[in-house]
Amino acid sequence: MSDVSFVRTEMLPEKAPPVTSAGAIGWMRENLFSGWFNTALTLVSLVVILYVLSAIVPWVLSPTWSGTSLNECREMLAAAGHNGGHGGACWGVIRERWIQLLFGFYPSELYWRPIAAFILLAVALAPILFSDKVPGKLIWFSAAYPFIFPWLLWGGTVWGPIAAAAGFGIGFVVYRILSDAVSSLAGMIGGLVAALIWWLALSGLAVSALESILPIGIEAVESRKFGGFMLSITIGIVAIACSLPLGVVLALGRQSDLLIVKYLCVGFIEFIRGVPLITLLFVASTLLNIFMPPGTNFDIILRVLIMVTLFASAYMAEVIRGGLAALPKGQYEGADSLGLDYWQSQRLIIMPQALKISIPGIVSTFIGVFKDTTLVSIIGLLDPLGLSNAIRADANWNGIVWELYGFIALLFFVFCFGMSRYSMYLERKLQTGHR
Amino acid sequence: MSALAIDREIDRSKMKVSDEVAIEILNMNKWFGTFHVLRDINLTVNAGERIVIAGPSGSGKSTLIRCINALEEHQQGKIVVDGTELSNDLKNIDKIRSEVGMVFQHFNLFPHLTILENCTLAPIWVRKTPRKEAVERAMHFLEKVKIPEQADKYPGQLSGGQQQRVAIARSLCMMPRIMLFDEPTSALDPEMIKEVLDTMIELAEEGMTMLCVTHEMGFARQVANRVIFMDQGQIVEQNEPEEFFNNPQSDRTKLFLSQILGH
Repeated sequence: MSDVSFVRTEMLPEKAPPVTSAGAIGWMRENLFSGWFNTALTLVSLVVILYVLSAIVPWVLSPTWSGTSLNECREMLAAAGHNGGHGGACWGVIRERWIQLLFGFYPSELYWRPIAAFILLAVALAPILFSDKVPGKLIWFSAAYPFIFPWLLWGGTVWGPIAAAAGFGIGFVVYRILSDAVSSLAGMIGGLVAALIWWLALSGLAVSALESILPIGIEAVESRKFGGFMLSITIGIVAIACSLPLGVVLALGRQSDLLIVKYLCVGFIEFIRGVPLITLLFVASTLLNIFMPPGTNFDIILRVLIMVTLFASAYMAEVIRGGLAALPKGQYEGADSLGLDYWQSQRLIIMPQALKISIPGIVSTFIGVFKDTTLVSIIGLLDPLGLSNAIRADANWNGIVWELYGFIALLFFVFCFGMSRYSMYLERKLQTGHR
Repeated sequence: MSALAIDREIDRSKMKVSDEVAIEILNMNKWFGTFHVLRDINLTVNAGERIVIAGPSGSGKSTLIRCINALEEHQQGKIVVDGTELSNDLKNIDKIRSEVGMVFQHFNLFPHLTILENCTLAPIWVRKTPRKEAVERAMHFLEKVKIPEQADKYPGQLSGGQQQRVAIARSLCMMPRIMLFDEPTSALDPEMIKEVLDTMIELAEEGMTMLCVTHEMGFARQVANRVIFMDQGQIVEQNEPEEFFNNPQSDRTKLFLSQILGH
């Protein structure tokens, strides 16, 4: 028997880690005070944080909630012992104008409508965002919601949204008939054409006919009364909801073997990505009117919605293309070898995985689009930033800056942070072990 | 002998080669760009045959079986699978793919679906099988590959050998008449090769038509009824396993066998 021979006769038991490497003390030793240089950095950082907070906290905690003008706020601050021009915030402006920052010039007796629309939005989103925690039947409400939402906000006859929904029904029926009889591609093209014919030519007649027989509706509100966060959220939600499916279609089109489809998609994506959003918005606000036949009234918010959606979907397409590129070729082959056709394998195998990989990028695009909605203030829509200029035009609040921007930033932060956290939750939920 | 010998008696009662032609390949040629990967391939496979395709890497053996279910497109010649000719008609291709099962080197399971969902997906969407029936059938085949208890796990939670057995069960759920195996054990640890080979032997014992690209010469010797040796995109030699291993004719085959069996 040589010296290297060794046989273990009993297994070693587990032991607790040493105290210095576990618990709060262990954590601080490792993360804050490991070595003299890191200790010095920790102390310097603490000093800087304290210095910044000592300037900000008193400014935020200023007793000016009841002020009715900037001058009154300054008097209150002086009386409370805050000194200097920037000694404290003037929160009176938020108390007086917060409703306007939320709803713009929407008629105050109709505030219940946007409020109801946004509460119902939460209901409609629940089965999409938290599919495992709410009853599955609720998804039918989510499907109907895109027609309820504009009706609640803009009002008018109830037949409008019903006619719009009918277009989808017509398109679907034509698709089913043609895809059984000819092919699924012919079905899709036929369905799209049928729906477009309905929307552009026939639905207007149908709506006015039905309206004359059975006039049901709520009071209409014009687009120029829209404003504030209601406007930002409306544009953001519509652009987000429409850009994802459009982005999927564009990404698939870009990878398609059909040359014309492919180059149409590439051309669209590259053109939109090569142009600043503000240019597209100017086109929406001014140029489109020149191209339209005189007398047509094409709603300004609708025009902006279309432009922002197209802009977002081009970015979305590239994010999703990244997800598609990250999928191993074996997934396509696995799906093919089982006899799944192109759309089945895209829907059941490829897209669920590609979208999952792209979640961080998709949500970044969502957040970016939501914040970009503030650009509409440049073409004269009264989003929160546009309103902040309007508020400053009031003699009482002339010269107020930080409080308004701070409030607007806070609201945007709440939404964007919420989206960001949700995406992290979703990534954890969809984690099914490494490949 | 490579990797491992098969340690049990093989039941040959149902391993019968019928007169019915399952796959017919006539003068098939394929190029990757200008590279001529498959040259004048002629091959007739009868129902119930168990064919092992061997050869050095790059000899075109994987490409050959991938042509049979149109994962690769051939440019010349004719491939007829189960009476249906492979053409550019997508309906024909999908029909053939649903009749021909394929097992890949890297399993190609769908990582976002559970084992059970992996097995029921194609029957439900392609064959329009009712869900309940598809689940029953999937459980039947999962029991057959001896992992019914993993049905609700995800592929990422299984070992390589288990994943490959799931991949076999997934193909079987489509009730294929022909099974193609593309190096099914090449990505596995030695300990796991045996469990996959056992599953394949059981399949052969039930009379499945099988085409198998593999380096497992023990499997070829005991299970196959025909061994095909390929080199440089051509079929160099084919014979019954006894003759093929004991009395190879071409020099290229002799060299290959001496290298793969020599150590």
